[in-house]
Amino acid sequence: MFEAYEANGFFDEMFAAGGEVRPHYRALLERFSSFPPDDFNARRAACDQHFLRQGVTFNVYHDDRGTERIFPFDPVPRVIPGAEWEHLEAGLTQRIIALNLFLHDIYHDQHILRDGVIPRFYIEEAKHYRPEFRGMNVPKDIYIHICGSDLIRGADGTYYVLEDNGRCPSGASYLLENRNALKRAFPNLFESLGVRPVDSYPRELLEMLHHVSPHREGEPVCVLLTPGCYNSAYFEHCYLAREMGIEIVEGRDLVVMDDFVYMRTTKGLVRVDVIYRRIDDDFLDPTVFRKDSVLGVPGIMRAYQAGNVALANAVGTGVADDKVIYYFVPKIIEYYLGQDPILPNVPTYLASEESDRKYILEHLPELVVKAANESGGYGMLMGPSASKEEIGLFHDKIIEDPRNFIAQPVVSLSRSPTYCDGIMEGRHIDLRPYIIYGDDVKIVPGGLTRVALKKGSLVVNSSQGGGSKDTWVLK
Amino acid sequence: MVRYIERADNLSRLIEVNGQLLLDHERLDSERLRAFWKPIILSTGDEELFGDLYGAWEEGSAAVIRFLTDDRRNPNSIVSSIGQARENARMVRDQLSEELWEELNSLYLFINSRDGEALLANDPTRFYETIRRATFTFHGIAAASISRSESWEFMDLGRHLERADKTTRFLDITSFLPVDEEAASGAATFHWTAILRSCGALGAFRAEHRGEPSEESVVDFLMFSREFPRSVRYCVDRMDRNLHRISGAPRGTYSNEAERVTGRLLSELSYGSTDEVLAVGLHSYLDGMQERFNSIGGGVFRTYVQVRETGDERPPIPAANMSAVVAWQMSQQQQ
Repeated sequence: MFEAYEANGFFDEMFAAGGEVRPHYRALLERFSSFPPDDFNARRAACDQHFLRQGVTFNVYHDDRGTERIFPFDPVPRVIPGAEWEHLEAGLTQRIIALNLFLHDIYHDQHILRDGVIPRFYIEEAKHYRPEFRGMNVPKDIYIHICGSDLIRGADGTYYVLEDNGRCPSGASYLLENRNALKRAFPNLFESLGVRPVDSYPRELLEMLHHVSPHREGEPVCVLLTPGCYNSAYFEHCYLAREMGIEIVEGRDLVVMDDFVYMRTTKGLVRVDVIYRRIDDDFLDPTVFRKDSVLGVPGIMRAYQAGNVALANAVGTGVADDKVIYYFVPKIIEYYLGQDPILPNVPTYLASEESDRKYILEHLPELVVKAANESGGYGMLMGPSASKEEIGLFHDKIIEDPRNFIAQPVVSLSRSPTYCDGIMEGRHIDLRPYIIYGDDVKIVPGGLTRVALKKGSLVVNSSQGGGSKDTWVLK
Repeated sequence: MVRYIERADNLSRLIEVNGQLLLDHERLDSERLRAFWKPIILSTGDEELFGDLYGAWEEGSAAVIRFLTDDRRNPNSIVSSIGQARENARMVRDQLSEELWEELNSLYLFINSRDGEALLANDPTRFYETIRRATFTFHGIAAASISRSESWEFMDLGRHLERADKTTRFLDITSFLPVDEEAASGAATFHWTAILRSCGALGAFRAEHRGEPSEESVVDFLMFSREFPRSVRYCVDRMDRNLHRISGAPRGTYSNEAERVTGRLLSELSYGSTDEVLAVGLHSYLDGMQERFNSIGGGVFRTYVQVRETGDERPPIPAANMSAVVAWQMSQQQQ
């Protein structure tokens, strides 16, 4: 299957330049090469079957026959050597600590603005900044409890942080299910390869939720608040709730009385201490945010401000994953921790800085342009593959609203061998690790490796033809 | 969820048994076919929809079977029922065991697959058998993997409510039969046997009753048997127990409307007799029975489902008429 594999032109995860297999992939390659092609294909199909039976699927909205698609899974795992992972772990830990210090500062005294490290304008104009929460203390001073900072590797193999997802990062259930699927399809693969397990994630998530409970007596009551069963990530919400053994609730299941949050049950009301919410700030409380929200809980913000309930993640964390603020994260790390960033950012131009804007507008065909607050691969211009019209459109948009745009050079993401119609071909990948900040910072070894299944594509998002792989961190 | 599973199971028995019975009899003209199937459609309560979709009876048995089996326009067809059961299961998936979900989801995937359609076309007996086996497996997994908590009691309640309802509907089939001069003992036996088989009760019936099935003996068995798990009495007894476990009230008393109706029904069944039923007339007796099942279902809904809406004047959001706004809000992008 690997006979015709083309490893040149990009940083390849499995093969070094010259075609030699990298040491941490050697054992895997030997095992995979021992499977006859038909057998391999049958095992791959068994993975798909596993996802289908488990219902690990996306909903296609408004489809009467309830069409569901599985998130495509590639059976070739992505392998990260132990030492490399330690480096990533250190960098991600540093980053989440700094981001939390930053959020605490922004929602209190704003030293970083007074010291001129970040121009005040960028914070105050940030879409997800919630000035009404200034001065409020959140349990244990933690804002981002769960962070998904996307990592990519450049042409020389250097890891960069591409973006931080500090509101409601999703995908952890895929990470767990990918491992289950691969274990079922290739049961003998894991024996001697020394792959670190990932199944501690739900436990660590629950420990974190317990840690931030505002009440000390008894075991805290934690719930997962979902937008509802028609959300594309509803499978994940159910999955995590069941794994943690906590209730999954919709807004209508909760009620606020005397600034405490209660859950309705057939036996009466039960006080809720911690809410793992998977619903955006905007929809949380119709009396504070969007008035038309039918998903939220009226009064929940009062309970939150009174310190009677903890929310994970906290309200207003979106200011930290604004792509313009992303530009300042290395400075944020230096400012609060006095350290150099362990993991670098991708070089970034800010459209609202005059010299940067000039550069961006002159070099649009070479750059990736991103809207400051979009996710899922939306609101993005891939310069090299864009049409003249698309470039013209973004040109005008940038001039109209420069605060909302950044640009980055195209990073040619690293590639990993991927099973494509019977043979292995290189496909571009990224990595989303899940960082939990509770009593301590915990990162499940590996994360979700997303792969752009279309040949040559650099977009790994599931909504745009992306799939995923199991991620192995070796001992 | 469980009610839908039970419905699919019962329908597959009904269709299969009656389809096979037809094979035992020589060619029937369309008049006869109509006489044969009409009561079956009437017994499911969907005769109007059937009329709208298929109009006259020209297509004969094939149309009826399609209507009850895989017509997605019929919300009570087997395929629709399994789809509904699975959708309900998806919403409460966090409370189900992994195996239970997998079994139901596999059944759903199968009947919606090409293989499923091909099996129905080429070997309908095996198709219905597959559905029945899957529903048995479902109940088996549920029994072996779900804690006997409140949610179990609700599931068990739903199952027995549906089962009791279907048994009465099966019994009612004979009421719709045309009064026919030659409907002598032969044809009647033929129908009573079919009803017993639809309830999977033929073997158990024979163990208790000697001789050919007759109206008296079948009504006696399916209404009043204390031991047979699909008899109405048995199901109502279970429902009574489920309701009292949920509320905590002692049996023999009641704390809500559903318990009151169920308890009263149970004592009627405990002390009633077939002679009384036949004196009233089987059809009107069964009609009254079905009304009471509806009021039990309604009582459970008002006591346990609506209660959580108090204080929240926003109406619940059914999938069918969910507004675009709500759909859009729920489908918010996850990072």
